[in-house]
Amino acid sequence: MKYAGLLVMPAGFFLSIAALVLFPAPAPRAAFVFCGIAVETLGLVVAVRGHIEPRGQTMGEPR
Amino acid sequence: MNPAPLAIAPAMTDTTFALTLVLLLLAPLAIAGVALINTGLGRSRSAAQALLGNVAIVSVASIAFFLIGATLTGAPSDGHIIHLAGKPWNWLGTGSYLLGGFSAAPLQSQLAVLFEFLAVALAALIPWGSGADRLRLAAGCATAAVLAAFVFPVFAHWTWAGGWLAQLGVNFGLGAGFLDPGGAATIHALGGVTALAVIWITGSRKGKFPKEGFSTAMPGHNAVYILFGCLVALVGWLAFNLAGAILWLHAPLAALPIAAVNTLLAASGALAATFTVTRIRFGKPDASLCANGWLAGLVASSASAALVSPMPALVIGIIAGILTALLVEVLELAVSIDDPSGAISVHAASGVWGIIAAGIFAGGTGQLVAQLIGVAALLGVVLPLVYLLFWLLNRAVPFRVDADGERIGMDLHELGGGAYPEFVIHRDDSYR
Repeated sequence: MKYAGLLVMPAGFFLSIAALVLFPAPAPRAAFVFCGIAVETLGLVVAVRGHIEPRGQTMGEPR
Repeated sequence: MNPAPLAIAPAMTDTTFALTLVLLLLAPLAIAGVALINTGLGRSRSAAQALLGNVAIVSVASIAFFLIGATLTGAPSDGHIIHLAGKPWNWLGTGSYLLGGFSAAPLQSQLAVLFEFLAVALAALIPWGSGADRLRLAAGCATAAVLAAFVFPVFAHWTWAGGWLAQLGVNFGLGAGFLDPGGAATIHALGGVTALAVIWITGSRKGKFPKEGFSTAMPGHNAVYILFGCLVALVGWLAFNLAGAILWLHAPLAALPIAAVNTLLAASGALAATFTVTRIRFGKPDASLCANGWLAGLVASSASAALVSPMPALVIGIIAGILTALLVEVLELAVSIDDPSGAISVHAASGVWGIIAAGIFAGGTGQLVAQLIGVAALLGVVLPLVYLLFWLLNRAVPFRVDADGERIGMDLHELGGGAYPEFVIHRDDSYR
């Protein structure tokens, strides 16, 4: 889950960049940039949820 | 003021050069303030390691930036350019190696490099506070080296050195391109998302999130350091915001006093908002959260202080203060993120808010879209990239101290002596 979220975030970035190239008109361009940010936010939420530590455990402890 | 899209830098007068140099000599006070806040928000048994870490990270970041980073940052006149869809995308700097020819460069370029040195040192400090009490000194220095050598230079080139974000105005008609004169994105949001990656990889402090009940409160050990750090940081922030306005927006001298007033108003509004929110939530104002609020206002002002009028600056600060007070609590209680310095709320969230606010208050839709694309680059490129680099780095230089080191404290474990040898130091069982 945590890696899936981190992979989704670049997809949102490329969506925003694609909007610049594909839509010269301001309104659809702005809409697609917003969509790109929304996809990134979704990826961030998934990554954050994937990194929630089980109670009583610490993920980063050396094995 | 309304900056032109990627304005060509006018020749710098002697007066402007002298003023900018003096401002940049005051900018390290922002570093000192953040260092004090980082130390105060950690535990007493790790205080010496925390402050030594701050100094070491500034040193490592400066050396790494000199050896590699400054070359990759480059200047507006150079860069690796790829052509896509008929537009040039300047994505990486091609500056001279080891600052070759630095003293012969134009005055503006010399000051820009100095600004970037100070900026990278400040950005590298931000994740150190988030890893307090469990992040090893060697790992802190290693993260600073990676950040200063590769991540910061790439993003700084995009925003300050004529990269594709700065040229969004010229190439796509998006206002004046991505604007970030004081470093809300390039320093703070970048440092904040780096802090998130460090926390994810390092994990929380032992006992922070017990099996049952709420998370354990681990308050900062010295409120005086924290609050004095806020006042020290104000001077540094004023210097960064004003020097950034001169260097990146080519602001005239007459535009500087209002930028200074806006910086102070944003911080004041944020403090008032955090004070009020914590007073309502807890019955009494919380000193460390108020300090976080003050800093969040300064961070939010970094993008917009030179671009907006005073009323919007105050509103930007108030929203940053409310956001910080609520987000610190949400991150700890809802998603179990152990962030002792609150860097994610203060630097990442408020930095992003500042970037967006600059688009809302300082320009039309085009400017807002340019600012949003900058945010998209931070979240979609910087965070995954930093996470990947730090995940690999953690294999070579383990980030987290062992359980015994965490129990006795970072001072004794890593330095062999404590910061307060004559005082009684609290043990873990003191907290619950």
